[in-house]
Amino acid sequence: MAIRTMTRKNEAISLGRRRRPREALIQGFLFFCGALSILTTLGIVYELGKEALLFFRDPAVSLIEFLTGTKWQPQAGEFGILPLLNSTIITSLIAMSIALPLGLAVAIYLSEYATLRARSILKPVLEVLAGIPTVVYGYFALTFMTPLLRSILGKDVVDIYNMASGGLVMGVLILPLITSMSEDALSAVPRALREAAYGLGATKLETAIKVVVPAAISGLAAAFVVGISRAIGETMIVAIAVGAGPNFTFNPFMGAETMTGHIVRISGGDLSYDSIDYNSLFAIGLFLFVITLGLNIISQRIVRRFRETYE
Amino acid sequence: MSDQSPGSRLTPYFAPNLQQRHRTSAFWRVLFKLSTLVGMVMLALLLYTVVNDSFGLVAINNKVDPGTLAVNGVPIEELDQETLLTIIQNNVSKGKFRQLEREGLLAERTWDEVYQVVIDDVVQPEDVVGTWTLVESLTRRSAIIAEVKQEHPQASVQFKAWLNLNFIASPQSSDALIAGVRTAMLGSLLTIAITILVALPLGIGAAIYLEEYAAENRLNRLIQTNINNLAGVPSIIYGMLGLAIFVRALESLTSGAIFGFTDPTTANGRTILSAGLTLALLVLPVLIINAQEAIRAVSNSLREASYGLGATRWQTIWHHVLPNAIPGILTGAILSVSRAIGETAPLVVIGAATYITFDPSGPFSKFTTLPIQIYQWTSRAQGEYHNIAAAAILVLLAMLLSLNAAAILLRNRYSRK
Repeated sequence: MAIRTMTRKNEAISLGRRRRPREALIQGFLFFCGALSILTTLGIVYELGKEALLFFRDPAVSLIEFLTGTKWQPQAGEFGILPLLNSTIITSLIAMSIALPLGLAVAIYLSEYATLRARSILKPVLEVLAGIPTVVYGYFALTFMTPLLRSILGKDVVDIYNMASGGLVMGVLILPLITSMSEDALSAVPRALREAAYGLGATKLETAIKVVVPAAISGLAAAFVVGISRAIGETMIVAIAVGAGPNFTFNPFMGAETMTGHIVRISGGDLSYDSIDYNSLFAIGLFLFVITLGLNIISQRIVRRFRETYE
Repeated sequence: MSDQSPGSRLTPYFAPNLQQRHRTSAFWRVLFKLSTLVGMVMLALLLYTVVNDSFGLVAINNKVDPGTLAVNGVPIEELDQETLLTIIQNNVSKGKFRQLEREGLLAERTWDEVYQVVIDDVVQPEDVVGTWTLVESLTRRSAIIAEVKQEHPQASVQFKAWLNLNFIASPQSSDALIAGVRTAMLGSLLTIAITILVALPLGIGAAIYLEEYAAENRLNRLIQTNINNLAGVPSIIYGMLGLAIFVRALESLTSGAIFGFTDPTTANGRTILSAGLTLALLVLPVLIINAQEAIRAVSNSLREASYGLGATRWQTIWHHVLPNAIPGILTGAILSVSRAIGETAPLVVIGAATYITFDPSGPFSKFTTLPIQIYQWTSRAQGEYHNIAAAAILVLLAMLLSLNAAAILLRNRYSRK
């Protein structure tokens, strides 16, 4: 229609950019959608920071005590994050000691050994494992893993709530994540490298371990770091199976609340705003956010920095 | 491979450890294969545990032993409706009987309903004294019955499927025997509906912006990195964000007060709307990343053909890019939404300790969801709560499974074209 009017009036067709208010409006809205993610991050930092600041302003709290104290007893005015952090680290380490070797082994099997048929069975199984809600894993830890550990090691050794069963089940939860990230990294290694290794007489294992894995090491390291970050932030398993009170202990068979578990338990109860309890949760949250964000950034750096590029 | 190949004769130093190397290779091959089994075994064990706990024998102390209600030796399960009515008439007070009649004439009710009245108002199950798993119930049934006879002579033992139609249809209750998941299921569905309504347009919009509009500059790179980082933030942090922003700062909006919706129970902003918005923020990063991949997969020649015909950028996107990318976008969206259905931690933070027995009526009602319910029941020490938690897990898994099946069907249907 526009063309007809123009030719009729015998005007010169303008080749310049025409204003299109509708297009600009749409582009504006789309930009807003993208920018919303920045707002989310700012919101997280602002809200966590604000409440955490209120917490640290309180005369009963000092930053040094927060970072070095070995007791977390809000009723007694003791706010040392070490018991919570310690439990978080122990459960995460247990989880990683399961998920890392197994995840790597499964990834190597999938990318180097598996037939199409085996892949078509394994991949969906891993997807289902990854899709099961964490609260279900929590139930599994409490009603299966804990009784199992107790029957093997004895009821005096293993508490009903303990870090080991939570950590082990968390390992199963993280397994699919590590596997899929590692497999992506391994599959990205060019075929030519493998062919060259075979050509020199390497066995399948030697090719996988000495050629493919080193070539994919940046992706594997990133998977490892993301796995740790996921383990640290994992909440429901530890809230259900690991314990209901802060406890500074290195014994994995005892209960000890993690940072996330503590946040869920306290905020799930009756909590009044602007109390020191409420603010302390945000301080823990900020701590958690900084750790996981740091780990995620490290993993992205690893990928960018150490990626082997071919061609 | 044998060492007698010509190659080994040519290179004698190569041969001696060749067999050893092949043996190592074979050994690790088996090890790799075995480790893949762990995932499968764990999945099987998990499902086994849940199903095992969802069915089984249960010993219940009744106010009236159902055995004494038997007429001429016929147990109540096999009596006809007339006899059941007489039993009700004989055993409940006049006032109670009139109340029952007001709720619906007993004579016009079905057998199942009348039987339920007998159980609820005559037998009156009081408390559970023991529960057993499915496997225990099948393998040592008689031992269990003997054990209960000895320790709780009053109690009756019966086989109970904790997952049954009643369980799905009844509201939440503090009594494990009659508790159900209707309240929680409706809460979950309403929350997810809000999440989808908010997250889907925003997520697709952001993906379109990043893939089709964003120039290569600092701001856009920042947005992209930021989205990748947000995808790795623990879900509980989103819960705290939601608590601070949607529950507290935007209280008048999320409690519905500015719409003239004054329900004193939701005046604190802990509503379905807050929960849905929080989950929307939570799924957005993953949704955006998935949608970006789907949009990137659309062939560039389509865009160029459209531009060549004089279409504007938005016309190109709306008429050519989106229709081709939509199956991929939807598949990714369904997967991220199914992640949201199972989310527990942020909703516990938002909803706090909610115990509600009535159905949520809209975005401004208080809420509970299936995962919260599972968490609360699992946290109880008594065995029967673990049974209903297991039954609720089956309901949740069924919901997730049907969503995922929908995603797969969608993917297959469109990729065949």
